Amino acid sequence: MATLIDLAESPVRELNQALHEAPSASWRVLNPRGAHAVACGIRDNLTVDVEGHVGYYCAGMNQHATVTVHGNAGTGVAENMMSGTVRVRGNASQSAGATGHGGLLVIDGDASARCGISMKGVDIVVGGNVGHMSAFMGQAGRLVVCGDAGEALGDSLYEARIYVRGTVKSLGADCVEKEMRAEHLAELAELLKAAERDEDPAGFRRYGSARQLYHFKVDNTAAY
Amino acid sequence: MEPASHGLRESATFDRATIHAIQRAAETGIYDIRGWGAKRRLPHFDDLLLLGASMSRYPLEGYRERCDTDVVLGTRHAKNPLRLATPVTIAGMSFGALSAQAKESLGRGASEAGTSTTTGDGGMTPEERGHSKHLVYQYLPSRYGMNPDDLRAADAIEVVLGQGAKPGGGGMLLGQKITERVAGMRTLPVGIDQRSACRHPDWTGPDDLAIKILELREITDWEKPIYVKVGATRTYYDVKLAVHAGADVVVVDGMQGGTAATQDVFIEHVGIPTLAALPQAVQALQELGVHREVQLIVSGGIRGGADMAKALALGADAVAIGTAALIALGDNHPKYDADYRELGSAAGYFDDYQDGRDPAGISTQDEELSARLDPVEGGRRLANFLRVMTMEAQTLARACGKAHLLHLEPEDLVALTIESAAMARVPLAGTQWIPGAGL
Repeated sequence: MATLIDLAESPVRELNQALHEAPSASWRVLNPRGAHAVACGIRDNLTVDVEGHVGYYCAGMNQHATVTVHGNAGTGVAENMMSGTVRVRGNASQSAGATGHGGLLVIDGDASARCGISMKGVDIVVGGNVGHMSAFMGQAGRLVVCGDAGEALGDSLYEARIYVRGTVKSLGADCVEKEMRAEHLAELAELLKAAERDEDPAGFRRYGSARQLYHFKVDNTAAY
Repeated sequence: MEPASHGLRESATFDRATIHAIQRAAETGIYDIRGWGAKRRLPHFDDLLLLGASMSRYPLEGYRERCDTDVVLGTRHAKNPLRLATPVTIAGMSFGALSAQAKESLGRGASEAGTSTTTGDGGMTPEERGHSKHLVYQYLPSRYGMNPDDLRAADAIEVVLGQGAKPGGGGMLLGQKITERVAGMRTLPVGIDQRSACRHPDWTGPDDLAIKILELREITDWEKPIYVKVGATRTYYDVKLAVHAGADVVVVDGMQGGTAATQDVFIEHVGIPTLAALPQAVQALQELGVHREVQLIVSGGIRGGADMAKALALGADAVAIGTAALIALGDNHPKYDADYRELGSAAGYFDDYQDGRDPAGISTQDEELSARLDPVEGGRRLANFLRVMTMEAQTLARACGKAHLLHLEPEDLVALTIESAAMARVPLAGTQWIPGAGL
């Protein structure tokens, strides 16, 4: 049975301290009411269900835990997550999964601007659309967008891979469409399965870095 | 023939360095990237003098009466503030920009002297953590190597908004220094020219920063002091906003602050001198009623005990050194002059930290060059320098009748130039005149 913490009665500090000490493996958080930094810095294999909307940085720097937000998430949900799974049942604000190093972030609804900005190995699956500048400077990991992508997708991309099912408003500097080979279909199928989604991988397109901005060259002046 | 002796006149506007810069740009088509900090002449602590005691003040005996040097940083919110033996710390410099040997030397030297050292834009190495008694972990826009385990292993966290050498600019590390280890720590392809973001990826502005600081405190259970570092520009406002955002410590880095790689035009033309920034920061803290409660660390061109004493007198709680620490390790040492000349430079001029071929083994990832720097010897040299800085500052403080370095005050200072008097807000020597006061 899950340990219950009601944020209408306890401060976030008490919740996070308890999650860091981890006397229980299963937690249920009531009345988050847009609170910031809910369930951040967890380092154990816990299950945390947050019943409502959260503010900034929910599940920030998550390690090993499975955190589910049964609502919408504010800026920077699962920022810099290292491992585990974070799931947002609703929509997510900007910078979802920013700089994440590992684990899986699933957003069932839409994600706003800069989803996966500077991602460093995290996998992100968005059921709906993503806003502009998503995967900006993405270094590693995979971003899957089942809906549409906004302007400047994958700007200044390094080695992160992007899959989009819908339309892409525009690609950012040095981001290009790439061939979808068998290994990409296979990894996309795995990601969709992990995110509990039933889209057909064949309906997606792949985007990645043209690797033309990896070295400072006078020919690239316009791109800088 | 010496041209000047034959009546030839060099242009002050187009001096030889300027002519060279134009010719270099014309030949290469790309701007100059270099290390070090601003090289132009700027109003600085040299333009201030301390008023030693005589009739109206009572000095302390040099070798018998105490002049304490300890300082506590992060007393505002953190459970575990940093307790340092001397108010001079080592500024953030990355592994990647510097060799592992240099980082280890900095850790050893700082620890021996009882002070802190700081990571940089590249994460924390085990060697650095292991050799640093007090380690400040930088939280930068790039978040290279950022992880919660290192955050918890740190003694303080420094949220970096900018640095004095390039306020408004992101980090830069050229491909010759992106070795396998450096690339692995930063999750980058080996050998690329790294360009770090100049803005944080998940917050914008001071209101967001307050929430970011809250998150960092929550992750680390409110144990660690949280610093906010800004490059010196609109310092009065930046310091006020940093305090409102919840900083325990504010770090202000003046334009003389060093860098491992930045455009020359950026280094020389953006930001304000340390001397101009410091009084603005103190004013901001005083107006908020948190001077000494939120500690102020000042860096950018700090070279010795005199600079330190004057910065403390103007209201800083501590100073930080970067370039001076590297010089203490052996940077620009005359013994490497022949090597520097092979690179087109000379001892005393070398600033090509971006290039990775540093003969002193400091700003390089080359194994052979790095091996020239013995971390034990480097640590000893730095500890010596830190001790000398501290003793110099004590000498000056005792002369002013102070039983603690932090008792130095603006009243102990006068200025040599009108510019420095206006910036430091102390009177021109021999007068009561503070230009701009009361306006």
